[in-house]
Amino acid sequence: MTLLVVAEHDNLHLKAATRHVLAAAQAIGGEIHVLVAGHHCAAVAEAARSLPGVTCVMLAQGDALQGPGAENMADLVVRLARGYTHLLTAASASGKNWMPRVAALLDVAQISDIVRVDAPDTFTRPIYAGSVWATVRSEDAFKVVTVRSTAFDAVPETGGAARLEVVDAPVDAGLSRRTDLALSESSRPELETARVVVSGGRGLGSAERFSELLEPLADKLNAALGASRAAVDSGYVPNDYQVGQTGKIVAPDLYIAVGISGAIQHLAGMKASRVIVAINKDPDAPIFAVADYGLVGDLNQVVPALTAAL
Amino acid sequence: MKVLVPVKRVLDYNIKARPKADGTDVELSGLKMSMNPFDEIAMEAAIRLKEAGQASEIIAVSCGPQACQETLRTALALGADRAVLVETDEPLQPLAVAKLLKALVAREQPGLVICGKQAIDDDASQTGQMLAALMGWAQATFASRIALGTDDASVTREIDGGLETLSIRLPAVITTDLRLNEPRYATLPNIMKAKKKPLETLTPELLGVDISSRLTLLKVAEPPERRGGIKVNDVADLLDRLKNEAKVI
Repeated sequence: MTLLVVAEHDNLHLKAATRHVLAAAQAIGGEIHVLVAGHHCAAVAEAARSLPGVTCVMLAQGDALQGPGAENMADLVVRLARGYTHLLTAASASGKNWMPRVAALLDVAQISDIVRVDAPDTFTRPIYAGSVWATVRSEDAFKVVTVRSTAFDAVPETGGAARLEVVDAPVDAGLSRRTDLALSESSRPELETARVVVSGGRGLGSAERFSELLEPLADKLNAALGASRAAVDSGYVPNDYQVGQTGKIVAPDLYIAVGISGAIQHLAGMKASRVIVAINKDPDAPIFAVADYGLVGDLNQVVPALTAAL
Repeated sequence: MKVLVPVKRVLDYNIKARPKADGTDVELSGLKMSMNPFDEIAMEAAIRLKEAGQASEIIAVSCGPQACQETLRTALALGADRAVLVETDEPLQPLAVAKLLKALVAREQPGLVICGKQAIDDDASQTGQMLAALMGWAQATFASRIALGTDDASVTREIDGGLETLSIRLPAVITTDLRLNEPRYATLPNIMKAKKKPLETLTPELLGVDISSRLTLLKVAEPPERRGGIKVNDVADLLDRLKNEAKVI
C-alpha cells in the first residue's frame, strides 16, 4: 500500500492538521507520500520533508494553485493519484471543498470525516451530528478519505527525511477565480488547534458583552474564541467562530463554555475536548451532562471573577 | 435561467438519532422526517433569485423512496415550480445521487444548481462537489452570499479563518451555508396550491444510472459516552480543580 496525504497549509506554514492526518495514515499502514500544492510554498514542502514516516514529498506550485480553487486542485490530485491505494486529507473547509471532486472524477466513494481506522478498508465516522458512529467498509480499490483532525493525535514535526519531487502544477481550468479574501485579523491561536478554547453562547446577551467578558478571559489563558450557533446567529461574533456540527470541530485540552446551553449540534463540535468547563445559570442545561466541571451562576459575575483570579 | 434544487428527506433536526437495537442502521421507523435544513436554505436562495427576476423556473429534485414526495410537496409549497422524484428503495450514497443529478441536469439544462452544503443525516458534504466534478462545472461551496450575473456568479464563501469571494463561470453548482438566508415557511394557501403543481416520477433505471453502493455499512453504534463530572461551588473551587486535579492550567 502507498498512501498520498495532501497537506494543509497557508503557503507559508504547514498546518498542524496535516500531522493529525499523518497519524491516520500511519494507522492504515504502508508507505506515505505527501503532496504540497500551492503558490510560493516551497517552505511548506521543506517542513513536510521532516515529518516522520514520510518517504516522498511532492511539490506543485503555480498560479493555478493560488487559493487554490477546487477545480484546479482536483485536477492536480486526480493526475497524481495513480499508483496510490489511499488518498487522505483533513476534513477542513479546504479538504471538504475539493476532495469530493477528486472522488467523483475517479468514480469512487469518499469516506468523510473519519474518527477511527478499523482496517485499511474500514473506517468509523460520526453521522447525525455525532449522535451515532457508523463503521463503513469501502468496496473501491482506491480509498478517498477525509480525516477529522481532532480524533488522531498529531505525529511529531520532525524525525523524517523525505525526498523532494517537483511536479507540474495544473493549467488553470478557468472556471473560477478568487476576487476577494477577507481573513479575520486575530492575534489569538487558531480555533481548531488552540490548547484552550473559550466559547460563548446566547447567554452573553450581546456582541458587547461577548467581547467585554470573554476576550479578557481568553487573553489570560492564551485561548482561541469560539461560539455556539445561537451566538453567531444573534450576531455576537463572525461565522467562523461557530463550533458544532456545521461549524468547526475542536478538541482542546480545556474548553470553557460560557452561557451555552449545549444543543446536540454544539456538543458535536466540542465533546472530544479533554476537559470541559461549563458556566451557566440554568442548572438543568444539557451542557452540564458533558462538562467535567460545571459552575451554576450568573456569567456576568463568574467570568470577571475567574479572569481576575487567573 | 432554470435553477435546480436537490432536496433530501432526513430525520427531523430536533430528533436525536439512535442506532437500531441490532446495530445495523439508524432507527428511523415512526420518526418525523423533514427536508434537510440546508436544502431549505438552497430552496430559499432559488426563490429569491426568481423573485428578483433572475431565475425563470425552479425545479426541485429528490432521490429516494416514494415518501420523498412529501419533501417535494414542501419544496413546491415554498416556491418550486415543479418537482422530480427519482424513486428507488435502494440506499443512495452521495456519488450515486450526484450521478442521478447529472442525468437530470442533462435533461433539464439548468443554469445553476443550488444544493445544501451537507445533509444532517450522513453529514457527508459531498454531493454538490461531486455533481460539479461530473459536469466539469465550477463550484462554490459553503456560500454565504450569492450575486448572479449573466454568465457568471459572485459567491462569498466561508473558509477557515474568514471569507473568500469567488467569481465562477455558469452553469455551476453552489452549496449553501447556514448564513446565506433565513428560509421562509410555507403558507397554507401555498401548501394547497402545491398539491396541483406537477410532480414527475422517474427511476435510476430510466435515467440509465448505476446507483450501486461503494460503501458497506457494517455497524452503527452509540459513540463513546462522555460522562458529566461534578458541579463546583465557586470560582476558587473551579480554579483549584483545573490547576491541581485536571492540571490544564
